[in-house]
Amino acid sequence: MGKSYLDMELLRFTTAGSVDDGKSTLIGRLLFDSKSIFEDQLDHVASSSKKRGLEHTDLALLTDGLKDEREQGITIDVAYRYFATPKRKFIIADTPGHIQYTRNMVTGASTANLALILIDARKGIVEQTCRHSFIASLLQIPHIVVCINKMDLVDHSEEAFEKIKADYEDFAAKLEVKDIRFIPISALNGDNVVNKSENMPWYNGATLLNTLETIHIASDYNHIDGRFPVQTVLRPKSDKYHDYRGYAGRIAGGIFKKGDEITVLPSGFTSKVKQIHLMEEEIEEAFAPMSIAMTLEDDIDIGRGDMIVRTGNQPTVSQDVDVMLCWFSPQGPQVRSKYTLFHCSNEVKTMVNNIHYKLDINTLQRNTEFDNISLNDIIKVSLRTTKPIMNDSYRKNRSTGSIILVDESTNETVAAGMVV
Amino acid sequence: MMKYNLTHLKELESEAIYVIREVFAQFEKPGILFSGGKDSIVVTHLARKAFWPAKIPFPLVHIDTGHNFPETIEFRNNLAEKIGAELIAPSVQDSIDKGRVKEETGKDASRNWLQITTLLDAIEEYQFDALMGGARRDEEKARAKERFFSHRDDFGQWDPKNQRPELWNIYNGKKSFGEHFRVFPISNWTEMDVWQYILAENIEIPSLYIAHKRDVIWRNNSWLPMSEYIQLREGEEVNNRQVRFRTLGDITITGGLESDADTIEKIIGEVAAARQTERGNRADDKRSETAMEDRKKEGYF
Repeated sequence: MGKSYLDMELLRFTTAGSVDDGKSTLIGRLLFDSKSIFEDQLDHVASSSKKRGLEHTDLALLTDGLKDEREQGITIDVAYRYFATPKRKFIIADTPGHIQYTRNMVTGASTANLALILIDARKGIVEQTCRHSFIASLLQIPHIVVCINKMDLVDHSEEAFEKIKADYEDFAAKLEVKDIRFIPISALNGDNVVNKSENMPWYNGATLLNTLETIHIASDYNHIDGRFPVQTVLRPKSDKYHDYRGYAGRIAGGIFKKGDEITVLPSGFTSKVKQIHLMEEEIEEAFAPMSIAMTLEDDIDIGRGDMIVRTGNQPTVSQDVDVMLCWFSPQGPQVRSKYTLFHCSNEVKTMVNNIHYKLDINTLQRNTEFDNISLNDIIKVSLRTTKPIMNDSYRKNRSTGSIILVDESTNETVAAGMVV
Repeated sequence: MMKYNLTHLKELESEAIYVIREVFAQFEKPGILFSGGKDSIVVTHLARKAFWPAKIPFPLVHIDTGHNFPETIEFRNNLAEKIGAELIAPSVQDSIDKGRVKEETGKDASRNWLQITTLLDAIEEYQFDALMGGARRDEEKARAKERFFSHRDDFGQWDPKNQRPELWNIYNGKKSFGEHFRVFPISNWTEMDVWQYILAENIEIPSLYIAHKRDVIWRNNSWLPMSEYIQLREGEEVNNRQVRFRTLGDITITGGLESDADTIEKIIGEVAAARQTERGNRADDKRSETAMEDRKKEGYF
């Protein structure tokens, strides 16, 4: 197993849902069937369930770890769960689905390659389905897997499945998701979760686990536009590495090779890549999302916040950016409100120049008239920064196209933004 | 395109190195909370990778309960010397002597809670504004809710219900005077990932993790190591068994399991087949259903 384990890929996916749509059962089944739940955990969950007077073992108690969550029987925060099969390693960001937790859904979606959306076959598409799907689209999750659950309660009917699928496709025409798949399942009985269902011979597609294991994720990172935000400069000043000056960071886009012509932004100085290191190991080329150290042919003044890019392909360098913001604080922004903006390794001051519209997260309606902005609202704004930031549209690059806003007095993260 | 695809271990490594470099860049006085366990050893290894060829720019901070495995202390001293890192070891015994805390009494007394005061005092004394630890989200349900950058107020407390959302890989380390951060670079690693990484990178670990002969007693469903701090209870007897430890805490609260896994490969086989969680043999977690959350809120690791 050793060798194959080392060759495994990592798939991060997000789920969102309410208490009764079978999400906990589904996740419980994935964890259980991949042997990621331990006996003592199950014992604990069983005894906690009993203490609460439940008749069944409530798998949600596995990760509803906080006292308040356990007492109130709700998920408050993003819970991360881990499992592996011989083919892949998975990180689930499991988020509560209620509208008041939009901020958690956005958080879970920000690092996901795939969104798992559950629909109750009896109810079809509900408001929550639209909301989750829209967030997945807004956060540019490349793949959506729609699980139409509780098929056992609609007699495993192909018609029911096709109807919901068609409805969803109708709705999804408004979204920007490249890859959407549909799987009829019964999480409770395990149909089409890990094993193919004998109750639904009409379904010829892959099971959920098989889909998660094989969906193509290698191209989810941007490997076209070379972007290397400098986190810090390595200057050992030891005898052996007296003149070493390495730029440390994580590649945010594209591929860098030895000898590549590069430009440093915002200064505009040019040079060539001399060496790429990962500790003692010198490598010929590096790509997103690798953390590396890079040296250049020329001595240039470079520090944290600068970005090294391929000379032939440069991002926008600007003090004016238009972004879609998810607002995380009860106290909304106003025109001329000031914040600290984090973007790649940059930290700058920013001011809200204009608020264009507020988006209805359920209908995707753009409202240019609105009273106030508060927690969980999604708005489009124009920002002016004190220093230029080197950005791409979020659609093009999720790293160089994302920002957060921090309140200067409370230090809280008040918004997440995607460059339009 | 397969060529431009990282394996999951490389991706986790890259994420951790990124986080460690952010700590260096965003804080003035960061340190590594070093317990001598495999997770903090991996964090230390990653920190070396993050800054090579420069030296690791953080001191190793070890909260010394005085109830250590001798092997842990030896390993700690050797590692600090080898990598040229400063070692800071605030002592729980000192906190007791100064009257800051009172030794627990009773049958399951331990120094586990007492460490919190020693740790928070040290943070104040050395003015640490960020401490990195090896805690992982898969270990324990309260830790599953941790952020990479986890804020602590000026009493060192964690407020799990009001955590800052953490998006993409942008980490907000802003704080007011007196507050600090705990940072967990290997949040997304599982026990299996840690062992695979130790194997792949050939990282040295304390011999305690490898099966060895030892005097132990059977208590709370595991083999507790015999030491000067343990008093035999009625019906207990000292056995010499071949054991190894899955996690390392104080010698008074860390139970071992019988094992003949004497290589990392064999340990990985054991981890793959394990039906009990890693911390299942930790008496400190068994005090209540939310023992970890309760301690973390007060300032625990």
